[in-house]
Amino acid sequence: MAMTIRVDIVSAEEKIYSGLAELVIVPAAEGDVGIAARHAPLLTRLRAGEVRVKVDNNETLPFFVSGGVLEVQPHVVSVLADRAVRAKDIDEAAAAEAKRRAEETLSDRSGKLDYAKAQLELIEAVAQLRTLERYRKNR
Amino acid sequence: MAIGKEIRVKIASIKNTQKITRAMEKMATSKMRKTQTRMQATRPYSSKIAQIIRHLSHAKPEYTHPFMVERPVKRVGVVILTSDRGLCGGLNSNLFRLALRQFRSWGKEQIEVQIAVIGQKGCSFLNGIGARIIAQATKLGDSPHLEDIIGVIKVMLDDYREGNIDELYVAYSEFVNTMTQKPKLEQLLPIKSDELVPELAGHWDYLYEPDAKEVLDDLLVRYVESLVFQGLVENNACEQASRMVAMKSASDNAGKLIDELQLIYNKARQAAITQEISEIVGGAAAV
Repeated sequence: MAMTIRVDIVSAEEKIYSGLAELVIVPAAEGDVGIAARHAPLLTRLRAGEVRVKVDNNETLPFFVSGGVLEVQPHVVSVLADRAVRAKDIDEAAAAEAKRRAEETLSDRSGKLDYAKAQLELIEAVAQLRTLERYRKNR
Repeated sequence: MAIGKEIRVKIASIKNTQKITRAMEKMATSKMRKTQTRMQATRPYSSKIAQIIRHLSHAKPEYTHPFMVERPVKRVGVVILTSDRGLCGGLNSNLFRLALRQFRSWGKEQIEVQIAVIGQKGCSFLNGIGARIIAQATKLGDSPHLEDIIGVIKVMLDDYREGNIDELYVAYSEFVNTMTQKPKLEQLLPIKSDELVPELAGHWDYLYEPDAKEVLDDLLVRYVESLVFQGLVENNACEQASRMVAMKSASDNAGKLIDELQLIYNKARQAAITQEISEIVGGAAAV
């Protein structure tokens, strides 16, 4: 039997795959790399593509990654996968969006304040009710 | 007989409320299980990254990333994670109390605070007290994704890189168990060096593609993101647990209230009957 290597594929949200394999083919930033047992330690970025885990001669499991980082140690391969496509401009847009929402809230202070006020009034009313109840009991 | 109509109406309305709180309790219970599994599922990723960063800082001690350098603190950033919906007991208020206490002590040291907020509750509260909110994300739902919070974190990380903030914190509720949730403030940046103590003694290094700096840069950003995401998922589990407990006690209280009202109603009814009988008897005696 061929030498096997341990493969862990994880994303921020979940563990995707974990098991032994003969060979792992990973879309690294500078070209696909195939990793077998006793590979030298390697750390590289991934591009979007397919991670192929060759469990044995008959079975190869494909996993899609949109990017991430690959870490190789002599007996363990870890793929830290991104679920979503990460590109600088997309991240930039997301950041801008988060900022815009904050500004929107700030400018819309009146509406939100009413809500907070209503909640305060509700708390007050509940407290009043409770006092009334206690008063009734003691009477 | 039209006795105690008000009481009967009241009992009926409390019963309706009880139905609602019971339903919410059941829902929270089932959601809580799901969120707890999600909470566990996020752990391997961040521990893996932490491990790699440890190796890296061990292998390349001469290269220090800005995320690891401590600077004099003039301004801090806080990412506050709250729930979108209410009716979850003291979860959010406990978190706000902790945050405000910290803000006050920073205020004394003349340290400015800027905030990124996740969750509707945090938005309306922090907005009400006039805090400096620079980014926000709301309505992430019960199963949030990492993409939803990338923008918020990037705003903070950019500010950190540019020197606008010198420390970054995350505030969220820690899931201790179903009954207990603890508000928590955690430092994200600079990454504390004691977290980076290497676990392997022997000296070895990775091959890097394209080069160490770029890979490390990528990794650290993901590390911070994964920590915040973990906080978010944990906060979610807390929300459901807290709601479950709150709704349970609400249902119980409603039950007690109904019992009391039922007693009052029965007494009133009995008194009315007694009165009627004595009136009839009195009337018969007079004849």
